[in-house]
Amino acid sequence: MKILVCISHVPDTTSKINFTEDNTKFDTNGVQFVINPNDEFGLTRAIWFKEKQGASVTVVNVGGSETEPTLRKALAIGADEAIRVNAEATDGFFVAKQLAKVVEDGDFDLIIAGRESIDYNGGMVPGMLASLTNANFINTCIGLEVNGDTATATREIDGGKETLKTSLPLVIGAQKGLVEESDLRIPNMRGIMMARKKQLTVLEPVEANQETKAVQFEKPAPKGEVKLISPDNVDELVNLLHNEAKVI
Amino acid sequence: MSVLIYTESENGKFKKIAFETASYAKEVAEKLGSTVTAVAINVDDTSELSKYGVDKVLSVKNEKLSNFNVKAYADVLQQAATKEEAKVVILNSSANDKYLAPVLAISLNAGYASNVVALPESTSPFKVKRTAFTNKAFNITEITSDIKLIGLAKNSFGLKEHEGAATVDAFDPTLNEDDFSINVEAVDKATGKVTIADAEIVVSGGRGLKGPENWGMIEDLAEVLGAATACSKPVSDMGWRPHEEHVGQTGKPVASNLYIAVGISGAIQHLAGINASKVKVVINNDPEAPFFKAADYGIVGDAFEVVPELIEKLKEFKANNA
Ligand SMILES: Cc1cc2nc3c(=O)[nH]c(=O)nc-3n(C[C@H](O)[C@H](O)[C@H](O)COP(=O)(O)OP(=O)(O)OC[C@H]3O[C@@H](n4cnc5c(N)ncnc54)[C@H](O)[C@@H]3O)c2cc1C
Ligand SMILES: Nc1ncnc2c1ncn2[C@@H]1O[C@H](COP(=O)(O)O)[C@@H](O)[C@H]1O
Repeated sequence: MKILVCISHVPDTTSKINFTEDNTKFDTNGVQFVINPNDEFGLTRAIWFKEKQGASVTVVNVGGSETEPTLRKALAIGADEAIRVNAEATDGFFVAKQLAKVVEDGDFDLIIAGRESIDYNGGMVPGMLASLTNANFINTCIGLEVNGDTATATREIDGGKETLKTSLPLVIGAQKGLVEESDLRIPNMRGIMMARKKQLTVLEPVEANQETKAVQFEKPAPKGEVKLISPDNVDELVNLLHNEAKVI
Repeated sequence: MSVLIYTESENGKFKKIAFETASYAKEVAEKLGSTVTAVAINVDDTSELSKYGVDKVLSVKNEKLSNFNVKAYADVLQQAATKEEAKVVILNSSANDKYLAPVLAISLNAGYASNVVALPESTSPFKVKRTAFTNKAFNITEITSDIKLIGLAKNSFGLKEHEGAATVDAFDPTLNEDDFSINVEAVDKATGKVTIADAEIVVSGGRGLKGPENWGMIEDLAEVLGAATACSKPVSDMGWRPHEEHVGQTGKPVASNLYIAVGISGAIQHLAGINASKVKVVINNDPEAPFFKAADYGIVGDAFEVVPELIEKLKEFKANNA
């Protein structure tokens, strides 16, 4: 089985979010970038398939050269090779088009992406990629087994979960629950050394139009001070929730 | 040329988000000088949509669609959009809607903007405001394609009633075998319980509650409020509560009207998932807990004293306001 794991390179969860150039660009100054957490769950499952079922694991990112350390980290965790499509990831459709080309050329059976990136929270790329490549698609995936050509997956739904059966090729949108958190790996010295020798191929993008563009960013208006209520006066909270906030 | 919406239902009845999508679509249609057409799949009685500004309902009745199926549902919506020559298609943000939207975007060749929180700032060019960076910022996105697909963020618009009556047309889309290449084997869903996704009020407990044996008061508080229960990540990691209750950046997003956090410190990853809630209340015995910076109302106190008291006061309030 050939697995492709799509890796989005995102600001660490605790990063300060600021914008530059008249609020049109994200300010990367001092920001630490990481593998998107949802992709890390997916990558961990991919490496499980590699170790238990002899799958090969390729990681891919659409982005500039600044994303290479993130791809190297994925290699250090255990992926076999990496691909970077050398283009700025401007919109979900554009990225999905680039990834579709990589999927078609590489003949991948299982494509693992994340439910969403934690930067733009699009939740767009996996579904678009599945449709563009005519693959089956399972989103918010919290369990995946593959047996030959057949896949059994668990999907989180509102208020519960469902079990689905389908066939490869398959794209999943991974999230927490797909693997145990204790199974996530921190690259060790040996992994880091080996990653340096692994192949990282840079491809030029294919022609694709952009259907959306981020024109401006805004920060939410600063929040007012919290209203403190004395623990001896819980009545007052009920009163405020009813008369002021009007939520009960 | 109408604005097309998908109105989600369950067991033959619309979910509340269907009415929210309709309310929003009505105002988008007014800006465009157009009308709203709703697609309803296996809904017994669609008349309630009239109240929220829908002009026409395409009612699909098909046993094959009794389980949600991403490809088949996207196929139905694509055919409806084409038939209606829709230039704007609007979905909501349930798990199913978020699953459908990108698939539909490709079959309609539509630019897709997810997590949209307000009416379009302008319709030509077509610009919408979306949340980004886990609710730490907004992003104004221009959709440049001919057909525009919008994913409305949950609970961001509310319900708005309108006068009028919707016409109902039976709609019988063509389904093919490939639409059913994913099969539902089993559905495991708590019945009769308010889910985090649908709840107007969410009561959430953190590590400050010390152990699973103390969750009775959280459940009691949720019960008086008709709320869903939730928890912080360590609580579900330790198995005190089921994984489905974990909210936050890596868990479920919460966009309720009221979020009550008990014994939760307010770490940035927790807040990232609940920031979209309108009113936040924190109960924590440490005045320095970061949650106090994010909350609207707070009580510095011991949860084991404050919560039972709050339950009593709410019961009195309910009795007086029934
Ligand atoms: C990549 C990443 C992703 C993460 N994603 C999430 C996520 O999605 N959701 C999430 O919740 N966390 C997430 N976390 C974890 C997060 O950083 C915090 O560790 C977690 O939210 C803390 O949970 P807590 O507030 O329940 O526990 P604690 O931080 O231990 O806080 C307990 C609180 O209870 C208070 N308390 C103690 N006793 C009482 C009492 N008797 N009465 C009242 N208050 C009391 C304490 O003052 C304290 O503030 C993530 C972390 C990382 C690194
Ligand atoms: N630039 C990118 N390169 C590779 N994969 C990506 C990129 N952007 C998004 N993805 C994948 O698509 C998932 C969802 O991203 P998004 O649609 O941006 O929320 C991510 O978790 C990644 O797996």
